[in-house]
Amino acid sequence: MAELEAGSAAGPRRPRPLSPHLQIYKPMLTMMMSIVHRITGAALYFGMMLIAWWLIAAASGPNAYANVEWYMGSLIGRLVLFGYTWALLHHMLGGIRHLIWDTGHGFEPAEREMLTMATLVGSVSLTLILWVVGYLAMGGPL
Amino acid sequence: MNEPQMRTPLGRVRGFGAAHTGTRHFWHQRVTSVAGIPLSLALVIIIIALLGRTHAAVVQILGSPLVAIIMLLFIINTAYHMWIGMQEIILDYVHDDKLKLLSLMANTFFVFAVGFVSAYAILKLSFGV
Repeated sequence: MAELEAGSAAGPRRPRPLSPHLQIYKPMLTMMMSIVHRITGAALYFGMMLIAWWLIAAASGPNAYANVEWYMGSLIGRLVLFGYTWALLHHMLGGIRHLIWDTGHGFEPAEREMLTMATLVGSVSLTLILWVVGYLAMGGPL
Repeated sequence: MNEPQMRTPLGRVRGFGAAHTGTRHFWHQRVTSVAGIPLSLALVIIIIALLGRTHAAVVQILGSPLVAIIMLLFIINTAYHMWIGMQEIILDYVHDDKLKLLSLMANTFFVFAVGFVSAYAILKLSFGV
């Protein structure tokens, strides 16, 4: 407090000390996954437009629905949906990891690395499993 | 902070932080994230169950009470969750006051639009016409 008052009395401001930011640190898995959590969240945010489009098309009628089916069934549509599936699962598993951390558990170095790896391995393998199940439900890849 | 201030310490603390609100959004983000786990899994199951079905079958399934209620819960919960999340992203990265206000407003508009379109579709599928 005394320092602050002295500073204000002295006139010109001294530059405030800066805390080190991202570029200072070695990229670590937990840090990358934290960023990916935010990126997948933002992607899902805009991806909700797909859900809205799909639902409103179903409510509009067979033609609109056939249109959505055509777009989603195209190669680009499938890639987007594949990415959406992964983003959803990754954000969900990452969210569970954050909920565990919220309780104050899992902060030991080995634990947090394990949780982070589990998020990544889990989201990728669950996405693949879901798509295999999806294709089986449709009776084949085409 | 260095300028002499007329405001009391309490006055300065109130409205503190970029969002000018307290921890309510933090908590609500946790609540909606917990609710989002079963709801998202249900959405995935519903979508897989609808794959390759005719439009008539999709309409019937999406409009059936249980599926429609789950979908509505998913939509409302997700809309609120993504509204808080995007607000947090905006507050972290947008520092210009005008742009920040516009982005926050756009966030609200987007979430309401997407949420209402989806919810309206489900209600229409449920109640027909």
